[in-house]
Amino acid sequence: MEKFTKLTGIAAPMPLVNIDTDMIIPKQFLKTIKRSGLGANLFDEMRFTQDGAEIESFVLNQPAYRKAEVIVAGDNFGCGSSREHAPWALLDFGIRSVISTSFADIFYNNCFKNGILPIVMPPEVVEILMADAQKGANARMTVDLESQTVTTSDGQSFPFDLDPFRKHCLMNGLDDIGLTMEKAASIDTYETTAAQSRPWV
Amino acid sequence: MSPRTLYDKIWDDHVVHQADDGTCLLYIDRHLVHEVTSPQAFEGLRMTGRTVRAPEKTIAVPDHNVPTTLDRANAATMTEDSRIQVEALDKNAKDFGIHYYPVSDVRQGIVHIVGPEQGWTLPGMTVVCGDSHTATHGAFGALAHGIGTSEVEHVLATQTLIQKKSKNLKVEITGSLRPGVTAKDITLSVIGETGTGGGTGYVIEYCGQAIRELSMEGRMTVCNMAIEGGARAGLIAPDEKTFAYCMGRPHAPKGAAWEAAMAYWKTLFTDEGAHFDKVITIKGEDIAPVVTWGTSPEDVLPITGTVPAASDFKGGKVEAAQRSLDYMGLTPGMKLTDIKIDTVFIGSCTNGRIEDLRAAAAILKGKKKKDGLRAMVVPGSGLVRAQAEEEGLAQIFIDAGFEWRLAGCSMCLAMNPDQLAPGERCAATSNRNFEGRQGRGGRTHLLSPAMAAAAAITGHLTDVRELMSETV
Repeated sequence: MEKFTKLTGIAAPMPLVNIDTDMIIPKQFLKTIKRSGLGANLFDEMRFTQDGAEIESFVLNQPAYRKAEVIVAGDNFGCGSSREHAPWALLDFGIRSVISTSFADIFYNNCFKNGILPIVMPPEVVEILMADAQKGANARMTVDLESQTVTTSDGQSFPFDLDPFRKHCLMNGLDDIGLTMEKAASIDTYETTAAQSRPWV
Repeated sequence: MSPRTLYDKIWDDHVVHQADDGTCLLYIDRHLVHEVTSPQAFEGLRMTGRTVRAPEKTIAVPDHNVPTTLDRANAATMTEDSRIQVEALDKNAKDFGIHYYPVSDVRQGIVHIVGPEQGWTLPGMTVVCGDSHTATHGAFGALAHGIGTSEVEHVLATQTLIQKKSKNLKVEITGSLRPGVTAKDITLSVIGETGTGGGTGYVIEYCGQAIRELSMEGRMTVCNMAIEGGARAGLIAPDEKTFAYCMGRPHAPKGAAWEAAMAYWKTLFTDEGAHFDKVITIKGEDIAPVVTWGTSPEDVLPITGTVPAASDFKGGKVEAAQRSLDYMGLTPGMKLTDIKIDTVFIGSCTNGRIEDLRAAAAILKGKKKKDGLRAMVVPGSGLVRAQAEEEGLAQIFIDAGFEWRLAGCSMCLAMNPDQLAPGERCAATSNRNFEGRQGRGGRTHLLSPAMAAAAAITGHLTDVRELMSETV
C-alpha cells in the first residue's frame, strides 16, 4: 500500500449528500478480477452520457478539477455496498483524500486499506473547505496526516481526529495481514480455547 | 460483571487480542464468499504464498452475476466478464479447499439465503462476507457484517479481522403489526426515521413484541437492511423460533453438541440494565405499508402519502431531494398510489425467502398481473424455489403471468442480464433504490412482497390492504 503523509493539491467540491457506492463505481464495472484501471469509470453515470461523452457540468470534467486529488463531499459519503472497487476507482483516478461530515462504515474502512485518507470534519468546517474547493485549480488545499490538519488555500488550518493505529499504518504503508500474522500465537490459543468452549462452531 | 448487551457478549467471546488503544483482533466463525468481491483477495493470497487458514469455516457460492433464466446452463447466457468471475470462484474454491455450491447445485442461491438455510449461520457466531447485506445473519443473534476485499483477504489468511467496537443502539418495535404490514415495512420505517447515516458507528439490536412475533424469515428481512440505516450490523436475540429454525439443518450441531450449543445460545440476550448509547422506539401499530419515492432508502413514506417537494427538506437534503425527484420523474403532491409501474421484481437477499413468496402468492392467487407489465419472481435459492413449487406457489405466480426464475441476486443490483431500461419504473422487494441500481436510468420503488404483488395486479403502487379487504 502506498504511504500517505502530506498532500497539497486540488480539491473538488461535491456538496451532494449520500453519495453512494453505486454512484462512485456502477455495478457493471465490478466484473473485473483486478484492482487497477477503475479510474476511467469513477462516477461513470454522473460523468459520462450513455454513449460515453463527457457531461460538462460534472465537477471532475471541469478543467479546474480534472487533476483533483481531494474531494470535499456532502454528508454520509460512500453509503451502500461493501465494494472496495469504490476506493480502488478513486485511487486510480488520483484521489488520495476525501473530506466529509460523515462516511459509511465499510467505505471508511476500505479507504485505509488502499492508502486513501477519509477525514471527518464538523459541518461548519466542511462548509469552509467546500467554499475553498470551489475556488478552482489555483486554490490548493493541504492535507497533512502527521499534524492531522487540513489547510485551505488562504492558510486557515483545521485539526481532525484519527485513530492512532490507522494513522500509523497509513503513514508507513503497512500491510494489515503481515501485522496480524505476527499475532499467530494468539490466534492459535484462541482456537484451542474455543474448540473446548464452543466445539460446534 | 456489569450487565452486557447481546452485542457486548458476542464481541467479548471473539476477542483474540486487544491493543492498548482498544483496537481488537476479532475471531471470525464463518466467512461467506461470492464471485464479485473475492477474486482480488484470492489473487493476493497467491502472490504472497499464503493459504486459507480455516477452509472448513469458509463457504463460497456464486450469486451476483449468474443468469436466472432457465437456460443458464448454456454458457452463452453469461457475458464473458461475468463468466470469468464465476470461473475464478470455481477455481479458487477448488484450489483452496473451501466449501462450495456451484451454479449447477440445487443448494446454490444468494449467499445470505444459503448460509442460514444450510445451518452455517448459528446464534452467537461472528459472520462476515464481502457484501454489505451480511447484516442479514444478525437475525440469528450472530454478529454479522460486510467487509471489503482487502478484509476478505485478511480473513482468508488469518480468520480474524482488525476491529474497533461499535456503540450499542436499541431499536424497539412495541406491540403488534397491523394486517398488511410486514417485516419490510418495519425495516424501511426505521430507516425513514433514522436516515441512512443514523446508524453509523452503531450495532443495532432490534427488540420488542413486534420483532418477537416475526418469523425467522421476517427477522432476516429486518436485519438485512440495518446497513441501509448505516449500522455496522443488526442483531436479534435468539429464541425458540431461532432454535427451531436451526435444528436439523445440514451444518447445525447434532446430539450432545446440539445440547451444548443450546445451553450457550440461551445465554445470548441483553442483560437487564445493560447500557445502550441510543434508543429508538416505534409503535408497531403506527407502522403502515410503506414505499420509497426517491433514490435513497431513507426516502420512505406510507403508501397513503403524497410525493414530497424538495422544499420540505433541510440542508444538503434539499438538493438531493430535487435530484431524486428529477431522476424519478415525479411531481410533488401527486399521490403515491398514482405512480404507474412497468416492472415488478420479487426476490433478493431482503425478500427472496419462502415466506416472502407465500406473502406475494397470497395476494396474487387467482389474479393476473396488469397487461403489458413485466413481472418476475427470483427465488433466493434453489431450495426456496423447490419448496415454492411443492407448495403450489410457483403455479400461482405463473398463472398470474410472472416469470418463474432460477436463484440469484438478479435485478436487485442488475449485474446479470436482469436490468431495467432507462426510464423504466420498478416495484422491487430489494434493498436499494440508488440511481442506476437496477440499470442505468431505471427507477426503483422499494416495498414488501405483498405490496409488490398488489402493484403487479393494478399496474401502479397500491395499498395492499385494499386488495386484502376484497378477499375478506
